[in-house]
Amino acid sequence: MLRRRVIPCLDVADGRVVKGVQFVDLVDEGDPAELAARYAAEGADEIVFLDITAAPERRGTLLEVVERTAREVFIPLTVGGGVRSVDEMRAVLRAGADKVALNTAAVADPDLVARCAARFGRQAVVVAIDARARTDGEGWEVLVRGGRDTTGFDALAWAERAAALGAGELLVTSIDRDGTQAGFDIDLLRAISSRVIVPVIASGGAAGPDDFVAAVRDGGADAVLAASIFHRRIHQIADVKAAMAAAGLPIRVSREGVAA
Amino acid sequence: MTRLRVAVADYGAGNLVSIARALEIVGARVTIAADAAALDGADALVVPGVGAAAPAMERLARHGLVEPIREWIVADRLFLGICLGLQLLYDGSDEDGAITLGLLRGRTVALRDAPTLPHIGWNQVDIRRDHPVMAGIPDGADLYFVHSYVAAPIDPETVIAETTHGSRFPSVVAKDRTVGVQFHPERSGRDGIRLLANFVDWAAEPVGRAALPIPARAG
Repeated sequence: MLRRRVIPCLDVADGRVVKGVQFVDLVDEGDPAELAARYAAEGADEIVFLDITAAPERRGTLLEVVERTAREVFIPLTVGGGVRSVDEMRAVLRAGADKVALNTAAVADPDLVARCAARFGRQAVVVAIDARARTDGEGWEVLVRGGRDTTGFDALAWAERAAALGAGELLVTSIDRDGTQAGFDIDLLRAISSRVIVPVIASGGAAGPDDFVAAVRDGGADAVLAASIFHRRIHQIADVKAAMAAAGLPIRVSREGVAA
Repeated sequence: MTRLRVAVADYGAGNLVSIARALEIVGARVTIAADAAALDGADALVVPGVGAAAPAMERLARHGLVEPIREWIVADRLFLGICLGLQLLYDGSDEDGAITLGLLRGRTVALRDAPTLPHIGWNQVDIRRDHPVMAGIPDGADLYFVHSYVAAPIDPETVIAETTHGSRFPSVVAKDRTVGVQFHPERSGRDGIRLLANFVDWAAEPVGRAALPIPARAG
């Protein structure tokens, strides 16, 4: 049976893992390849790098980090942040990423999703959707540029369109919940997962293992992503997986710690 | 002992870093082969790949690799096809009507009744027959899949392992010295690396002994 995935996300700027609030006060947290290897050893099912390098001319450092990670970590690696073209996606894949997450560029140019899927296969294309509940309670709106800009896109309609265009997975982040530790937006997840056949990755709001269980069981998510609770060592990946297993959800029991 | 020389076919833009590095870790000397000349001197050939069959066949043709791959397998030289590299071994693909390598009988068909598509993530590999590449990998081990189409082999004897996502499909196939895996061993943690180590070890063995567990081809 297909396992529900637990995916730690690392924010990377200028080739280093950083931690900060709303992209300010960034603190150097270490080397992405080393942290990715640690998470892999602890049972992560995939790794996501979110590149938040501010200056485009310094993005070359990302490719070096991706390549180093791909050489050391033998679980899937997804890279998101700032990829705007087929050529940029090609460079990231050739460096050793398995998938690329498109966000702002896909909203600006939806056909980019189709072009990337045609070139690399839909399995390599993740569309990341940052969604915020509309104040009138009528659904969710898509935000871009790290949650700073509104778009007028309806999140559910965009999810269906992105899947139809060729997205192989949707990474759905609740901007309302992101960083709040108030739990995932289950209504948002359920609304999207019930409308698309592609796997949905839940993101934004994880506080503890029970939230991961709810995202899968109630939200219909195929995978769950979190950043801060793993970085701050509030919870271990193994704790999350134990809670999921106790709830009857299929998880991968990692054998990474077993000597080869 | 000299290290096994493994050529990894490079005919597109996918991630070759992981498979090349994983093969190095298990002791192989890896050549990235973007043309037929680069296959010279290789002991084994690995064809990775993701995506659709027709563009992959076009790119293989552009790199002059279609006939060399066919000849390689017909000559019963060691071969590992990964994901699309497994599917291309069959006669053709329902995905886009592509005519593929035709080295194994059967077609590539859509994965039926899948609750989610693509089939992305870790899933259990249920071993149906012993094979050297599966040595030490527990029955039901989780390996990493990313695909929407699957092989539908005509010859059931070639199915080494199966996996279920909605419906059951072959996740490891083998005939003589040709092996295909639907999952990505280079992305499947410890058990994936084990499979690659097994492949390299198997490759290093004399042909007669290595061929034992697989039914010999007639003629």
